[in-house]
Amino acid sequence: MIQFVRPILVVTWKDILLEWRSRDLVVSVLVFGLLVAVMFNFALNVTPQRVTAFAPGILWVTFTFVGTLAMSRAFVRDSEQGGLEGLLLAPVSRDAVFLGKALSNFAFMLLVETLLLPVFGVFLDFAVLSWSLIATVALATLGFALVGTLFSAIAVQTRSREIMLPILFFPVALPLMIGAVEASAAAIGVQPGSVFSRWWPLLGAFDALFLVVCPWVFGAVVEE
Amino acid sequence: MPGEAVDNAIAVRGLEKSYGDTPVLWRLELTVPWGEIVALLGANGVGKSTLLRILSTQTRPDAGTAVVAGLDVRCQASAVRRNIGVLAHSNFLYDDLTCLENLTYYARLFNLGNPQQRAMDTLTTLGLSSRAHQRARSLSHGLQKRVAIARAILHRPRVLLMDEPESGLDAGAISGLRETLKDWTASGGAVMMTTHNAGIASSWADRVGILANGKVRFPDDNQSGSLDIAMAVSPIAANSGMLG
Amino acid sequence: MLQSVRQMNFKSGFLVLCGLMMVADLWLIFQVAPTDAVIGDVQRVFYFHVPLALLSFLAFFVVFVGSIIYLVKRSPAADRIAYSAAEVGVVFVSLALLTGIIWARPVWNTWWTFEPRLTTTLILWFIYAGYLMIGYAAPNRAKGAIYSAVIGIIGFIDVPIVYYSVVWWRSIHPAPVVGPMAETGSLEPVMLNILLVSMMTFLLLFIYLVMERASLRRSEDDFRAIRLALRRASP
Repeated sequence: MIQFVRPILVVTWKDILLEWRSRDLVVSVLVFGLLVAVMFNFALNVTPQRVTAFAPGILWVTFTFVGTLAMSRAFVRDSEQGGLEGLLLAPVSRDAVFLGKALSNFAFMLLVETLLLPVFGVFLDFAVLSWSLIATVALATLGFALVGTLFSAIAVQTRSREIMLPILFFPVALPLMIGAVEASAAAIGVQPGSVFSRWWPLLGAFDALFLVVCPWVFGAVVEE
Repeated sequence: MPGEAVDNAIAVRGLEKSYGDTPVLWRLELTVPWGEIVALLGANGVGKSTLLRILSTQTRPDAGTAVVAGLDVRCQASAVRRNIGVLAHSNFLYDDLTCLENLTYYARLFNLGNPQQRAMDTLTTLGLSSRAHQRARSLSHGLQKRVAIARAILHRPRVLLMDEPESGLDAGAISGLRETLKDWTASGGAVMMTTHNAGIASSWADRVGILANGKVRFPDDNQSGSLDIAMAVSPIAANSGMLG
Repeated sequence: MLQSVRQMNFKSGFLVLCGLMMVADLWLIFQVAPTDAVIGDVQRVFYFHVPLALLSFLAFFVVFVGSIIYLVKRSPAADRIAYSAAEVGVVFVSLALLTGIIWARPVWNTWWTFEPRLTTTLILWFIYAGYLMIGYAAPNRAKGAIYSAVIGIIGFIDVPIVYYSVVWWRSIHPAPVVGPMAETGSLEPVMLNILLVSMMTFLLLFIYLVMERASLRRSEDDFRAIRLALRRASP
């Protein structure tokens, strides 16, 4: 068990240290997220009467954009000087490499979301500190990180990588989007709380399924 | 010969590789015994890097077998990786980590005991201890290359695979690298390197091979050997198939 | 040589059979099938829409199985079949969406509604369009085959989750305008029989197209192999 988990944490720690040094990913993604939120305000004409009805949708479209942007950078630092090659030349299983990268993407997305949520709470007038909202964000973000990391590993090796990632990622991530919007709506009181029993298992099933399948196919994606 | 694969550091039989409709390696045979440095010469694009990438488990061959340190590169890839040190064209370093952090990271990936000490020791061996806390980004190309060499030998692999190790190094670093490689083979390790420098090839290596038309040939005696080497580094000769 | 002649004869025979079935099917749909009492002639699009939609699902199942076999065994035949089924599947699913829109207007009183089956079909279109695109965006043919196989697997196992998420979403947000004939329920026996004939016809067409496309892709591979052999002989 330790033998399997250790390299995952080594890879994740390396990504966190790199991000701490430059901070370019989190900062740029955060500013982008705020901008999207402001744009929505004007595009949808969010009035105080309608604000809570719009809030979950605005929240998750922003998180999806932010997540895609963060994911598109996931393997860029590893491809600059051949870091991914160096990692693949270590006696570490491909599963561990994938899970390490997915874990760091999960951590970055959670960090950005944690910073964005209070701002959204103020803009859109909903209570941020609720366990059901936090659980929803964590469940949906895990799924985003798993599928996003896999598709990012594919997209980074293709021509027109910036556009390939969302084209591949958005259709597959649709259930996450639907589940996250509905569960968040319940968390901030727009929908009845009973819907959690439906959406959390859906998000959980998505996470569990791709937690198994993504590491398996990742091995083929990075080989030559 | 069941013992052949174990007796040799590298044993390649009938190796074939092509990219789409471009042939690269064709029924390639090669043996590198323990304790030897073998240098490969060849024009650009004849497949020197491809051969090294196959031996380092990075590229899947179309056919044939390659056994490195007694382990098959296809079915025992992970064990092979533990036994090889690779120096490629890109240096595998992260620009925003210091040299020490870069090496410590790789030491952890290789599951070495006391990774930070190990990284520092390796840097010291290569005379880089004063650069340990500098970020890789701030180093010159040649210094980065030396850190990359430190990374390749960090886990004391038994076989070193080096793609043009001398490129970008100054004269002092080149002779330092030569000493490192001599020590390596003296203690039983093996080195396979590619180079475009015929002088380095003939002075460093125990044997000099020429890769052309998808195969490696070892010229037997020195007389014709130096002639072949001259032809191999001349692209016209290699491309016209005179060595075939 | 003999084998390829035999193959050609088989394929030509298959094509003739497909053509005859198609003529018979068109005759049944436009001459024999009764005009729907409520919807009128537009209902006839149903005989095209249902087979196209169901066969595109079959196509993507073939892609899924072919992709798994390719990733496990790296058999070029599995890649050829999977890729060909994906191409034909995207054409079929596009036509299914088009005929669906033609059907939805009179029946549901709207061109488009995010009804679960319609939405799932639309998502399928996106996923397999991505499948075809990644093959061309990849740095080389071998990588393209692997990337496509990955999309073929991930995409297919995602389909049930997409479907249920939209079903549940629908149960919270009912469709604004759904006409009384949203679910026609029972079908006249004649209509059902003609639908079955139509299904058979399109199944044959599907098999023929996949066969033809796979053999074209095989020719591409053979051509590449021959060029490789020639280059080896005279570098």
